[in-house]
Amino acid sequence: MTAAGWIVFLVAVLGMTGLLVWCVFKVVSTPGSEDHLHSPADIDTHDT
Amino acid sequence: MEQPTPKESWNTRFGVILAVTGSAVGLGNFLRFPGQAAQNGGGLFMIPYLIAFVIVGIPLAWSEWALGRYGGRMGYNSAPGIFRKVLCSKNGSYVGMLGTVMPVLIYTYYVLVEALCLYYAWHFLTGTIPALGDSVEAVGGFFVQSLGLGSNGALFSAEGAPFLGFVFFCFLLNFFLIYRGINQGIEKFCLYAMPLLVVCAFIVLARVLTLPAVDGRSITDGLGFMWNPAAEGDSILATLANPEVWVAATGQIFFSLSVGFGLILTYASYLKKDDDVALSSLTSVAGNGFCEVVLGGLIALPAAFIFLGPVFLSDPENIGTFSLGFVTLPNVFNQMPAGQFFGFLFFFLLFLSAVTSSLSMLQPAIALLEEGLGITRKPSVAILGFVTLVGTLFIAYFSAGATALDTVDFWMANFFIFIFATVQTLIFGWVIGAKKGYEELCAGAEIKIPRWIMPMIQIVSPAYLLIIFGFWSVGRLPERIQGMFNPPEGEPPVILMSVGFILIVISFFAFVIARANQRWPDPQQEPRS
Repeated sequence: MTAAGWIVFLVAVLGMTGLLVWCVFKVVSTPGSEDHLHSPADIDTHDT
Repeated sequence: MEQPTPKESWNTRFGVILAVTGSAVGLGNFLRFPGQAAQNGGGLFMIPYLIAFVIVGIPLAWSEWALGRYGGRMGYNSAPGIFRKVLCSKNGSYVGMLGTVMPVLIYTYYVLVEALCLYYAWHFLTGTIPALGDSVEAVGGFFVQSLGLGSNGALFSAEGAPFLGFVFFCFLLNFFLIYRGINQGIEKFCLYAMPLLVVCAFIVLARVLTLPAVDGRSITDGLGFMWNPAAEGDSILATLANPEVWVAATGQIFFSLSVGFGLILTYASYLKKDDDVALSSLTSVAGNGFCEVVLGGLIALPAAFIFLGPVFLSDPENIGTFSLGFVTLPNVFNQMPAGQFFGFLFFFLLFLSAVTSSLSMLQPAIALLEEGLGITRKPSVAILGFVTLVGTLFIAYFSAGATALDTVDFWMANFFIFIFATVQTLIFGWVIGAKKGYEELCAGAEIKIPRWIMPMIQIVSPAYLLIIFGFWSVGRLPERIQGMFNPPEGEPPVILMSVGFILIVISFFAFVIARANQRWPDPQQEPRS
């Protein structure tokens, strides 16, 4: 792998990992986040 | 009132993290991403990919969630209804039509890939694929035979019938779940299945990073193919001048983040005003980016480089949209301890994630049929079942070289998605406007959203989309259109027929919207939002 390859690799991997860790930290540390955060998996689309 | 204990609260938050990150993980990360990277120069692909992630992915995810929640408060759940209300015009509903058409058309071929995951899981379980050993040709042959890539109609012959049976099973399963309204159950189950998929991917990654060299090609060479931004002797700037790479990278961002084609718009419309969209969508985007770059980027393509070599990977004939993951990953499993078990587990978990994605692709059209035609869920599902069945049979029949599948994927995930994403960004940035848009994003937000996000949504994101799409259209679209009318000698015009099918589906939804416009109240008479 070239030096430029290592730079792209580190920027991408550390950037994505850092962003995910920060988001998880915010979810865990924010009081009441469990009541307000949603994903398509838990949104009620009135199917039943 | 009884207060929840800290442990209960933490468990709930852990479930939330699983929900928002897990919902993003799936085929796009592990199967489509390596194929796109391989087709577009390996490491070269990563630079536009990362730029698109920041400039388009995050702003678009935020604006789509906020626009959907805003539309839901106005009483609409479908993209046509939401756009009609926001644009305060009857014709606005036609602007939102692509937000319904794209998920439906993507579903027509996605169900084949979903079935292929289950088919692979079954053949790992029963030992058929492990028996192929470490021969790339044998696994490649299995893949070609499974999807009937050799000739049109192959899946409808005795040889192709077993896979076609899996396709019908998956098709019926999806519609059974959505018809009975029990899709929430499978989605909740997947909250816990998806982390298992990630664990499984880490185990596969460990095996890939310790693969022995094949014909002098080591894992370091494989990583170099994935991550080096330019081949030896090429300048980075020269290689980045190809608009096709930028379009493919941005299309991949749309596809894997599930933004830009109407899904999130519909789901977010069911949220309450004080529900968070900022941290939810950012966590989903981050989880998806992590799985794609760290796991997807380090597994399939480096492994493909070792097994198949750079010459094989440089030939677009050899690497279709999803084929790379279905040829190289089984080879990795066949060369690792307990590979049969992990192969089964990996493809079965991918199948589960595909089921949840399939169900979410059907939701926007069901919302339109229900609120547009005033019919209940069950007839809506029946109508949609007929439309998608015709599409899936069409794509399954014209399977030679996956031409029909690639054509629908191209027009949906590389063309229309750009148009819809650009329109959606412009509507949020300019019709809703900077001040109101920012307030909408911040409503219920669990994080502070930077103020520069609005100039980003108003100017940078649409400018980026328009520029690369413009360059790409001028350079490549004529060639694509010409290809429609020049099929290989003696072959049916499959590309032209696929485009014809797309137009038929568009016409059907235009008809539904025309009927809906007669039912819906005049947007200019309704109280302004």
